[in-house]
Amino acid sequence: MKSFWRAFRRNRLAVIGGIIVVVLAVAAVAAGSIAPWDPNRPDVKKILDPPSRAHLLGTDQLGRDVLSRMLHGARVSLAVGFVSVGIAAFIGITLGSAAGYNGGMVDATIMRLVDLMLVFPRFFLLLAVLAFLKPSIWTIMAVIGITGWMGVARLVRAEFLALKEREFVVWSQSIGASGFRIIWRHILPNAMAPVLVAMTLGIPAAILTESGLSFLGLGVQPPRATWGNILNEGKDAIELAWWLSVYPGLAILLTVLSYNLLGEGIRDALDPRLRQSAGRVGGRGR
Amino acid sequence: MLLALAAGCNGEAGGPPGEGKPSGAITPAYGDTRIEASIGNVSSLIPNVTSDAASHEVGDFMYNGLVTLGRDLEVTGDLAKSWTFSKDCLTLDFKLEQGVRWHDGQPFTADDVVFTWETTMNAKTPSPYKSDFLDVDRVEARGPHEVRISYKRPYAKALLSWAVPMLPRHLLERWVRDGKLREAPQNWTAPIGTGPYRFKEMKSGEKVVVVANPDYFKGRPPISRIVYRIIPSQATIFLELKAKGVDVAALTALQYKRQTEYPAFEKAYNKYRYAGAGYTYFGFNLKDKRFADRRVRRAFAHAINKQELLDGVVLGLGRRATGPFRPGTWADNPEVKGVPYDPKRAQALLAEAGWRERNADGLLVKDGVPFTFELLTNQGNDERKKIAEIIQASLREVGVGVDIRVLEWAALLKEHIKKRNFDSIVLGWGTGADPDQYVVWHSSQSGPDDLNHISYANPEVDALLEAGRSSCVQAERVRYYHRLHQVLADDQPLVFLYWRDALPVVSSRIYGIQPGPAGIKWNFNDWFVPKYLQRYTAG
Amino acid sequence: MLAYALRRLLLALPLLLGITFVSFIVIHLAPGDPVEMAGGDVPMTQNPQVGKWREELGLDKPLHVQYLNWVSRLVRFDFGRSFAPHGRPVLTMIAERLPITLLLNIVEMLIIVTMAVPVGALSATRQYSAFDKVTTIFVFIGFATPDFWLALLLMILFGVQLGWLPISGLRSMNWEYLSFWQQQGDFLAHLTLPIVVATFGGLAGFSRYMRQSMLEVIRQDYIQSARAKGLAERVVIGKHALRNALLPIVTILGLSLPTLIGGSVIVESIFAIPGMGQLMVQAAFERDYPVLMGNLVIVSTLTLLANLAADVAYGLVDPRIRVGRRRR
Repeated sequence: MKSFWRAFRRNRLAVIGGIIVVVLAVAAVAAGSIAPWDPNRPDVKKILDPPSRAHLLGTDQLGRDVLSRMLHGARVSLAVGFVSVGIAAFIGITLGSAAGYNGGMVDATIMRLVDLMLVFPRFFLLLAVLAFLKPSIWTIMAVIGITGWMGVARLVRAEFLALKEREFVVWSQSIGASGFRIIWRHILPNAMAPVLVAMTLGIPAAILTESGLSFLGLGVQPPRATWGNILNEGKDAIELAWWLSVYPGLAILLTVLSYNLLGEGIRDALDPRLRQSAGRVGGRGR
Repeated sequence: MLLALAAGCNGEAGGPPGEGKPSGAITPAYGDTRIEASIGNVSSLIPNVTSDAASHEVGDFMYNGLVTLGRDLEVTGDLAKSWTFSKDCLTLDFKLEQGVRWHDGQPFTADDVVFTWETTMNAKTPSPYKSDFLDVDRVEARGPHEVRISYKRPYAKALLSWAVPMLPRHLLERWVRDGKLREAPQNWTAPIGTGPYRFKEMKSGEKVVVVANPDYFKGRPPISRIVYRIIPSQATIFLELKAKGVDVAALTALQYKRQTEYPAFEKAYNKYRYAGAGYTYFGFNLKDKRFADRRVRRAFAHAINKQELLDGVVLGLGRRATGPFRPGTWADNPEVKGVPYDPKRAQALLAEAGWRERNADGLLVKDGVPFTFELLTNQGNDERKKIAEIIQASLREVGVGVDIRVLEWAALLKEHIKKRNFDSIVLGWGTGADPDQYVVWHSSQSGPDDLNHISYANPEVDALLEAGRSSCVQAERVRYYHRLHQVLADDQPLVFLYWRDALPVVSSRIYGIQPGPAGIKWNFNDWFVPKYLQRYTAG
Repeated sequence: MLAYALRRLLLALPLLLGITFVSFIVIHLAPGDPVEMAGGDVPMTQNPQVGKWREELGLDKPLHVQYLNWVSRLVRFDFGRSFAPHGRPVLTMIAERLPITLLLNIVEMLIIVTMAVPVGALSATRQYSAFDKVTTIFVFIGFATPDFWLALLLMILFGVQLGWLPISGLRSMNWEYLSFWQQQGDFLAHLTLPIVVATFGGLAGFSRYMRQSMLEVIRQDYIQSARAKGLAERVVIGKHALRNALLPIVTILGLSLPTLIGGSVIVESIFAIPGMGQLMVQAAFERDYPVLMGNLVIVSTLTLLANLAADVAYGLVDPRIRVGRRRR
């Protein structure tokens, strides 16, 4: 752990990324108390006002304060990122460890399932499902999660295959420890590193996916703000009100950048061996 | 004329600099292509089985009905040269134009009219227009150019219902008989009508191309070709417009007001503005004792500043509504004055109705109960959400508390409106070309699946609606509807808010547009581009 | 070799069945009678296509019976007819839309590979150099820019302001009047912006893969020993390292196909390109079940075939694969 910190701290970019991640998270959590205006209250006298002292980031098409909407939007956007990646990680870890630990038929079946899910364009699946379910924030999180676990499953399985033969696992098996216990206590903690990296890369991907869904009208529904739907509403006034497009765009960029820097920093610091496997999950989420 | 028709620099638009611009009048000429853009897809080339706007717009290029709507929304002949109603309004005789030919050269006759009716009513035809013909008893061809329609009972919309596109019997009969109209080639690859334009090609999801019909019975339309493009993103359509890639499109209020007011755009396009066909309202559940009191409803109408609402919600691009009849149409009574913004009067009326005291929160109280209620509207319509917020603020001024709930459409309809389980709603009504609104206002129409959502019951209104509906004489109907308009405005069963404007733009090289209450499209086949302004030319 | 290809093909068969299963389940997840939910303003009881569908699917029967019915018709290439008023066969609709989407995706992929390989390889060999850092940042910007937004910016700049490129669609409105070569040029001009937008996003992921793959190979013993033998760095990198680093890229190429096709949903919507992505959006909003299910099955089957081809190609270049299992 100590060596990890030392290695991590040396990577200046990763540290900056980490700081931004923390700042964004704090801003999102505290949105309710630091947002200067009610994010959902329209004011017909202030439609599309440019940034000013009262409205630091301007107002939108309904005269709502963009800064307040960005802060509240951060909360929803990050929640979408975290929860959907959490769901994906849970499914991926469960199936990946089942496959890696048991091998044989179980492994073959699960890996076929992974192959199967990988041939579907994710955005097609999202469209098909969201058109029928009400696009509430929960369905969006669930659907993004359920269509995004395959990378994690592969990573975990690969780690298991590598770790299974190590002495401490073989030893535990020989003294008759249960399968679950071995997975939980000995293998999983060792396999977590690449999963963690994959998750940090999955969060911005999920935020981007939501913005794409917003563009199609299937994202989180107004009046609830997300960076994705602020950006999407901004597109109709893109030449008139640059602040509606630029700020949420920057927020997304900053998030992607900082999570990626953080992720790569963690990976480099943990173990250079992991370099290769982590990249695979970082694909763009659609 | 009620309408303020704001056109751009119509009639003054010059050609590209450097080109010889003929002095003198702009003369009609054949040639050029007009490019239109639509967000929605065309779902069939036989409009009789569709209900989407795109299919009907494309259908209008290629088909004719017996009648159509003129500039002032008056019914005029299309394939019918003339018509007569019997005194009892039960028999309608059409005389058809002679020498009309289908695009494949076959003559159009009365038999095709009979066929169109049979097709619509055929159980195997999925037509959304059956209800227009339920009261028809018989349709007979009385000679090649005469048709008689017999009604079981008088039906006010009878004449207008014959605007339905005419279909060719000689091509479609066997498909209709087998219940396979959708599999007919005319449905997708080779539609045949009598209209000003003939089908050229269709690229699914991309465009429909039609070319001028040289044998059109009203004369060949000047513009040679129309390309109807499908562009699924509103933002893209607007950019195409700015790059002059599209000649005809509809603007949003924001685009109209703030994104097109620069010289280059105003030179390239003429902007139009006319009252749209739908109004937005603030309605009450009249079964609620508080709202059953007319003074309360009128007080609310006085408390809402409709002009501010209009300015905030659609940037002023609409008209204050005084009643349910589209401004400028014959049923609309221009004498009716709206309820003016007057919060003092509102308070006085509420006091009259017994709402005098205020509680600690500043809310009016009667019998110890504060005046608060819920306002429902549907999700996905920012306009209505904004209206709700403004109403909330306005009524708070006079001491009435409003809670807003925005519900998903299906849930709103199923759980609240159908069950009459609401206090008040902000929604809209669209109006057709005929002013009959029996289903919206008649007291018999308050069942769960009926459209009198507010449970309005007024004997005078009922009588007027019945009289207006069972007459086929417009002069009589005018009287009924003008009176109805006045009664509704006095009674305020709902607060009529505004009619939103339609905001089309057309390339300034296109001439011959005569905007009116019917909009701009009613005479599209007379539009032309003077020779020196033509852009898309062969070779 | 043939045996290897055949074995891969056999393994793909259950996947094919799986594809139909997932496509079926996704649509039937929706609560209630799917036909009841189907949209359109025409009351559905009047829609003969829906009635027929209800009959064919046997919607009153248990799910597994419905599924078997559907699959047995798929085997005969009967994908049913659309719910839309035109009621056209689903297969015809897809056949119209597929070519343009395939063309776009193949071109995008070629561009991505030709750009990502040198960029990735260079940043790997110069890890932590200024070049590496600049490309890293550039790649992240590509990754982080929502494509509809980038598309709009490019449309405004090149379409409206400069007027260099057409904004949307596939052909100009005076296409019929152009000469053959002008027509080709016109078509290319229309494809430029959509391809740029789609590649910009895809480039990010790909050049990262390439960088990783290259980094890994460079650390391998045989590269070190090649260096030790005194071979010129250019030969070591260009000949030995690059070739080995490219191997996994072949597989990733196959795997990233669905991502690219998924991206075409937004690109096609904003650029008004009548491809599979647009068809999918339209079907989803209209709740056109037969088209939705048909789309899912066709696109994923094509991806499966592409993956298969990538596998076999991989087997060709790397004989070790044929013996052992490919996946690590």
